[in-house]
Amino acid sequence: MNRLKIIEEWIFKIISFIAAYSVVLILLYLLLVVFKKGIGALSWEIILSMPEGGYYFGGDGGILNAIVGSFYLSVGATFLAVIIGLPAALFINVQLIRLKRTQNTIRFFLDALWGIPSIVYGAFGFAVMLLLGLNASLLAGIITVALLITPILVRAFDEVLKTIPVELQEASFSLGSTKTETALKVLLKQGLAGFITALLLAFGRGIGDAASVLFTAGFTDNIPVTFDEPVATLPLSIFFQLSSPIEEVRQRAYAAAVVLTIIILIISVSARILSKRYSKNSIK
Amino acid sequence: MNSMTLSYQSQLTARRAVSQNEIKVSELKEAAPIVEIKGLNVRTKDGEILKNINLEIPKNKIVVLLGPSGCGKTTLLKSLNRLTDLHKELKVSGQILIDGQDITKAGQNLANMRQKMGLLSQRPFPLPASIYKNVAYGLKLKGIRSKKLISHSVETNLKRVGLWNEVQDRLKSPANSLSIGQQQRLCLARGLAVKPTIILADEPTSALDPISTKIIENLFKDLKKHYTIILVTHVLRQALRLADHVVFMYYGEIIEQGHPDDILKNPKTKILKKYLIDGN
Repeated sequence: MNRLKIIEEWIFKIISFIAAYSVVLILLYLLLVVFKKGIGALSWEIILSMPEGGYYFGGDGGILNAIVGSFYLSVGATFLAVIIGLPAALFINVQLIRLKRTQNTIRFFLDALWGIPSIVYGAFGFAVMLLLGLNASLLAGIITVALLITPILVRAFDEVLKTIPVELQEASFSLGSTKTETALKVLLKQGLAGFITALLLAFGRGIGDAASVLFTAGFTDNIPVTFDEPVATLPLSIFFQLSSPIEEVRQRAYAAAVVLTIIILIISVSARILSKRYSKNSIK
Repeated sequence: MNSMTLSYQSQLTARRAVSQNEIKVSELKEAAPIVEIKGLNVRTKDGEILKNINLEIPKNKIVVLLGPSGCGKTTLLKSLNRLTDLHKELKVSGQILIDGQDITKAGQNLANMRQKMGLLSQRPFPLPASIYKNVAYGLKLKGIRSKKLISHSVETNLKRVGLWNEVQDRLKSPANSLSIGQQQRLCLARGLAVKPTIILADEPTSALDPISTKIIENLFKDLKKHYTIILVTHVLRQALRLADHVVFMYYGEIIEQGHPDDILKNPKTKILKKYLIDGN
């Protein structure tokens, strides 16, 4: 190898090294800042109690309302998105298998929807809310977050289904399956690991988004009992409490940030573990 | 136009001078055909993949479709169980009669029709389930619910492909835990379980080692007593070992067909001679 090629190799190696490890370092730095500021304020009491004296001015209490609210909202939105998203992805890949142009058109629209900023979904949800005469509520928040994550989920499911070899579908058809049987008994099983990963990542996106629920979910010191009550979420809890003039409230915001970060990390790790577990039957 | 195309066209012209009737097809006429293909054309917007295919396939024989890559062998095979339907870009015309019934007509019960034709692809594609469930899958689709019947069929068909002794103590293991040769035999067992009359095999040994290849070939020799096997291959020695009848295809057309000794040892056309020497 001549000298020039050796230098070229080294330059490429160094650039790749810096690029790869800078991503890791940014994540570690972000975690360090969040944990450094929030870990001091974090306690079981903060996690397990409701805010006292108002979430903005009340220095006592915790963020249980936001933790439970976030779960309510994200579970509801993910459930709604899966109900719409899974059949949609199966439809694109099974029923439209012969119509490549239609498949691509649908994918184009889904990608466009994916790229729309979440604040636009928030504004859209707000407009729909006014149109339907709804208040800022858990239901309105669920619908808005579902709108936000459905395109993500459909495209993620779609990408999973695209990786399934067409020969597997042919094998199923040749055994006498209909398209529906192939979709439900073969494709769903083959893609299960990928679906779970996609679902958890969409859930993570839903639980972490603030802009889409800013106008639609409202905020409250309580845990909602019905769908038409406002709901607190962790991202908005951070947003509102961080701007409070009271130090204890700001500390609570950092504690909420730590909790949210831990939830997202747990979701990521779970996605990897579950993906591995449920891929044991998948054809490699 | 390159020299190869010119050469091909001149050879085609020479071949067309030989009447279809002059091609030795006596073996085909010994038994009533189970498959009759009449004027089958498959085309895309870019051109023809199959051109006016006329072919009769007799019962309980191994018919080998031979030819270079891209000559239309797999398309012909997939036309037989209408897997070509999955590709909108493929326009199919002509008739395919299976046991006298034209399967190309609209309104066919595709599921029933496909169950009559077991498919074995180049690479084994077991379903994402256990070994047991792979064989049971087709039976359940047929509406068989009796666990006893299903278990009996699973055992019988796994024995038939020589897999039972290797897997009987791990039937609940994922099918993908088997070796690739075992997976191919499992796919064969899965296909046999739904009681097909024809086995469509698309280069089923191309991904296998010599030992697994020999096992599959021996199975085919045994299975032809009860099934008609249509085998796509471009391995000449495999064609010689297995075929009762060889159909040589080139650029979407049937160039020659007949007994393997005639076709492979005394080819009539220059195209086949060239293929046998060069492999393309």
